Amino acid sequence: MTDGMRERDNGHRETMIRLENLSKTFPGQHEPAVDDLTMEIYAGEIVVLVGPSGCGKTTTMKMINRIIEPTGGRIYIEGEDVTTADPDKLRRRIGYVIQQIGLFPHMTIADNIATVPRMLGWDKKRISDRIDELLETVHISKSYRDRYPKQLSGGQRQRIGVARAMAADPPIMLMDEPFGAVDPITRERLQDEFIRLQQDIQKTIVFVTHDIDEAIKMGDRIAILREQSKIAQYDTPERILTDPADEYVEDFIGSGASLKRLSLSRVQDIQTSDWPVAGLNDSHDGVRDKMQRSGKEYVLLLDDQRKPKRWVSMADIEHNGIPLSEAGWPAVAIVEGRSSLYDTLDTMITSYKGSAIVVDDAGRYQGVVDFDAVLQAIESMRPAQHRDGRAVPEGA
Amino acid sequence: MNSMGFFEYLASRWDDLLELSIEHAQVVLVSLLIATVIGVSLGVLTYRRPAAAQVVLAIASTILTIPSFALFGLLIPLLGLGYKPTVVALSAYALLSILRNTITGLRSVDPAITESAKGMGLSNLQQLVRIELPLAWPVIIAGIRVSALLILGIAAIAAYVNGPGLGGDIFSGLSRIGGANSLNLVLGGFLGIIVLALVFEALFAVLGRLTTSKGLN
Repeated sequence: MTDGMRERDNGHRETMIRLENLSKTFPGQHEPAVDDLTMEIYAGEIVVLVGPSGCGKTTTMKMINRIIEPTGGRIYIEGEDVTTADPDKLRRRIGYVIQQIGLFPHMTIADNIATVPRMLGWDKKRISDRIDELLETVHISKSYRDRYPKQLSGGQRQRIGVARAMAADPPIMLMDEPFGAVDPITRERLQDEFIRLQQDIQKTIVFVTHDIDEAIKMGDRIAILREQSKIAQYDTPERILTDPADEYVEDFIGSGASLKRLSLSRVQDIQTSDWPVAGLNDSHDGVRDKMQRSGKEYVLLLDDQRKPKRWVSMADIEHNGIPLSEAGWPAVAIVEGRSSLYDTLDTMITSYKGSAIVVDDAGRYQGVVDFDAVLQAIESMRPAQHRDGRAVPEGA
Repeated sequence: MNSMGFFEYLASRWDDLLELSIEHAQVVLVSLLIATVIGVSLGVLTYRRPAAAQVVLAIASTILTIPSFALFGLLIPLLGLGYKPTVVALSAYALLSILRNTITGLRSVDPAITESAKGMGLSNLQQLVRIELPLAWPVIIAGIRVSALLILGIAAIAAYVNGPGLGGDIFSGLSRIGGANSLNLVLGGFLGIIVLALVFEALFAVLGRLTTSKGLN
């Protein structure tokens, strides 16, 4: 594992948090909850600590801002030993989001968000501007400034929790099952929003979950922990899925590792097939011509903005009488370029001809993917572990 | 017999009764204030130390079981007669429910809220002043309100040590019951206390609403 990381990281990464021989034994217990953990967390990455309940992942995370004081080892942040630094000052540099969120119910949304900036002595104008900025970032209307937490839905509270943690722009955020208490649909939306947000803010994030699927989705790097926070594998999601370190990791990933792998690849990264396209305003003869030359049975019609509109077959346009805008059937199986292969496959399965149209952010046509293209992508994933020559099973 | 009807009596002694009621209310308010300062302070000091909390609650409960006559009597050699022993005894009686509600209120603050406050870098004092006390406040003020009603009644007994308030009328009426206006004196004192109780109730309801965050109800 260590070799693999060094090879990939190539020294480009800057260490933000370093835990050195970190241990915690709770009073009255003989076994340590965290035993001699050493790990580095790189700047700008989401590192997910994942493991079964009771493995010490939450204890590990809470030692970083010393909500739980370690009984052994050191904690370094940006190279500075903070093991015995003033914990309150340390915590103001680290955003903290917990599952129950813990918004202050007696304070307005604005006051909740302003908590840390006020302690840091920001002036009123700057705090007020920052509140507006953050509300916009987490997609909550500014009219919510003076509302109280009880007037918010679970998802909105979660967003405010994240906004509050980011208020003073801390370089590090600790998140303990932050999306654990909302319904599955809201959770997925919050996860997507957060991933998009992270692309802009590039924080160093330590994220705790027991859900391997969430870990795969959110993590730039995943640490799979066993009892006493011992690292079973610390690697990128891709590597963990294609090259699990041992049986424990394999068991933890569970079945369907290949399918999970699909959620990591984006459709824009695979080869789209060349498909004949025509404009809605083209002549029927022109469309027929294109279809014959391409050898395909269908042509995709685009509108003026190159947005996919309709599929037409030869039979649909045999009669010039029907305008192209009404011929054939509407193009509905559309995915954005940044969609995962998993979602793309899902769209394809429910589509009419087993293919999906790929568009860009603005909805403009980029290409078409079909089952063959996805299968090819899967093929190229599978031999990955053979190619890197380390984990070839006996007799493979 | 030159005894008058109760309403006639009220009409003739209206000024006196009002003055005595104000005295009564004043001594109760002063005692409440002292009890609140002591009760909330003790609560803050002990709510995270179960053993210490047990001890102070036991002491405050014991005080409440001392008959008020006995307590006032016990205070005479120490503090003499009048205002001082009254305030001390009333504060002692008011202590329990304020202390108990302070401890209960502080303990019932959601641990997730204190953890997030701590995680944001609020010091222990900041957590207490900005988060825990405001959240516990509705429970604390309920305790103060119960104490207020309790000592409004007990304050009448303070007449035994020449204390201020409506107790004087009740005592002198009772001591010569059957005499002219004696029943009126007693009833007048009762009425004053009942009216004061209603005023205090209303006052606390308004105070509670004004001092509790809109996010909490």
